[in-house]
Amino acid sequence: MEIFLQQIINGVTLGSIYGLIAIGYTMVYGIIGMVNFAHGDVFMLSAFIALLLLLLLTQMLGLAAAPAFVAAMVASMALTALWNYAIERVAYRRLRSSFRLAPLISAIGMSTFLANFVTVTQGPNNKSIPPMWDDVIKITSGGAYDVTLSYKQILIVAVTGALLAAFWFVVQKTALGRAQRACEQDAKMAALLGVDVNRTVALTFVIGAALAAVAGSLYLLQYGVVKSSDGFVPGVKAFTAAVLGGIGSLPGAVLGGLLIGLIETLWGQYFSSDYKDVAAFSVLAITLIFMPSGLMGRPDVEKV
Amino acid sequence: MSARWIDDPILRVDALTMRFGGLVAVNEVSFAAGRGDITALIGPNGAGKTTLFNCLTGFYQPTSGRIAFSPERLDAEKIERLTRSARKSDGDTFLLERMADHEIVRKARLARTFQNIRLFQGMSALENLMIAQGRSLSRAAGFSVLGLLGAPSWRRAERAAVDRAAGWLERIGLTGRADDPAGELPYGDQRRLEIARAMCTNPALLCLDEPAAGLNATESRDLADLLRAIRDEGETSILLIEHDMSVVMRISDHVVVLDYGQKIADGSPVEVRENSAVIAAYLGVEETDEPAAEAALAESAKTGSDAT
Repeated sequence: MEIFLQQIINGVTLGSIYGLIAIGYTMVYGIIGMVNFAHGDVFMLSAFIALLLLLLLTQMLGLAAAPAFVAAMVASMALTALWNYAIERVAYRRLRSSFRLAPLISAIGMSTFLANFVTVTQGPNNKSIPPMWDDVIKITSGGAYDVTLSYKQILIVAVTGALLAAFWFVVQKTALGRAQRACEQDAKMAALLGVDVNRTVALTFVIGAALAAVAGSLYLLQYGVVKSSDGFVPGVKAFTAAVLGGIGSLPGAVLGGLLIGLIETLWGQYFSSDYKDVAAFSVLAITLIFMPSGLMGRPDVEKV
Repeated sequence: MSARWIDDPILRVDALTMRFGGLVAVNEVSFAAGRGDITALIGPNGAGKTTLFNCLTGFYQPTSGRIAFSPERLDAEKIERLTRSARKSDGDTFLLERMADHEIVRKARLARTFQNIRLFQGMSALENLMIAQGRSLSRAAGFSVLGLLGAPSWRRAERAAVDRAAGWLERIGLTGRADDPAGELPYGDQRRLEIARAMCTNPALLCLDEPAAGLNATESRDLADLLRAIRDEGETSILLIEHDMSVVMRISDHVVVLDYGQKIADGSPVEVRENSAVIAAYLGVEETDEPAAEAALAESAKTGSDAT
């Protein structure tokens, strides 16, 4: 029982991170109908940016851990957003009006480029940060196993929740969010009503990257290490989360993220931790076969 | 006779041609639309009306010809100067054939609706009207950042946009359904909502592609009233394609008739109604065709009897 509770806590933490990445997939899919396969690598890149900045600030400038982490995360959000803006501009924008597979292939190319770029510049091995905020709250004690909730886990879930609330507000209540939803339904008509479609799409990539950078920084904080191949597996899992929740649906992405996080940790605990990735990817296959529109997705409506 | 489309046009189309491969959909069409007029573009099916519309609003790049537009004043000399230069616009005068569709909406202030309704079905009626006011709003929202912080400038701009949208909803009788998804509204309401949405972009010229299509008699009468009211406010001129002749004759100040891609008549509704070329195009040629048909019939009867 204690172990189960502990794994729930761990699963929700991991799921929050997946959820943040999944939003990037789901938003881009919603607005231009393309699966951005480079998004996982954008997440990995953001973790590296945070890592380098964190080491720079703490080791060389001697900043305390908390302000250094906040500064590194914010800077990583800005730099990753800039990267993703450039990626959209260079690799996707001109292919949007081309055949459907063209931007997809371009995205796979971008993914390979980013992973190799980081491998070449940073090496293929794990890079780690010094441990920080290892304090935990004991939820139960005296039993066979102490269930703990670390400050980091609280921080991850709280930051995720706050960001989602802010993001929800942007999408529902501001002109940008309305423009995004309008472009999703009929980009040509939106353009005829004065919406700048290119800018709306670019801002979608920027927001997606900023959320991925938060996920990357939190991932680094929680697990302490990152390596250049870390874009792929978390990326595909977040994509699975987006598909499970219903691609195109924002609450679906978060729900999917949490479910994938839980499935993965519980599977790892009770069956085999070697096969936890298999469990997560089986969910992708099963969802695509039996429930292609996902838990909260709209059924595919023929566009007239 | 002084007509506004001659004295003070808002739009001047010169020798516009649109060719699709071997098909000439619009052939050397020239006309002007008067400022403050309701101008109707009519003609039988396949006459090239929608193609012409698509050229005006940047959907198609015309094969040749010129489309000059000015929300303020069209000056012939200025148009010539602009044509010789490589530019798209000079102050408030625009050459639409050189502009992309979103530029036409944003800079030249020309709005259009479609034959098949293109509302954002999943968004509420109110949101549909808000999107049309997005430009000023996204600036006021500081690309959402100020909006997130709840800045007063953003709140003010948002409230002004909601007020304007609410005003239009009241005008088209949809106040009670502001929050319903646009796709769930009755057909006639969707048509009027689409016009209201186009009006929220604050256009100088409103281009309507068959606004009365599919409406019943009462609904088309309401629509005619709405269009007349928009014209009478003086801010917006209207150019419309319409098949419903009762609507056209009731509200138009100026009618342009196309047939097989060519202009066959141009004038006030009364003039056009009495124009023999127009009658021929709509009803088929009577006097000249009848004897010919009789002759053909007699001929076939003769050959038929010969055969037996």
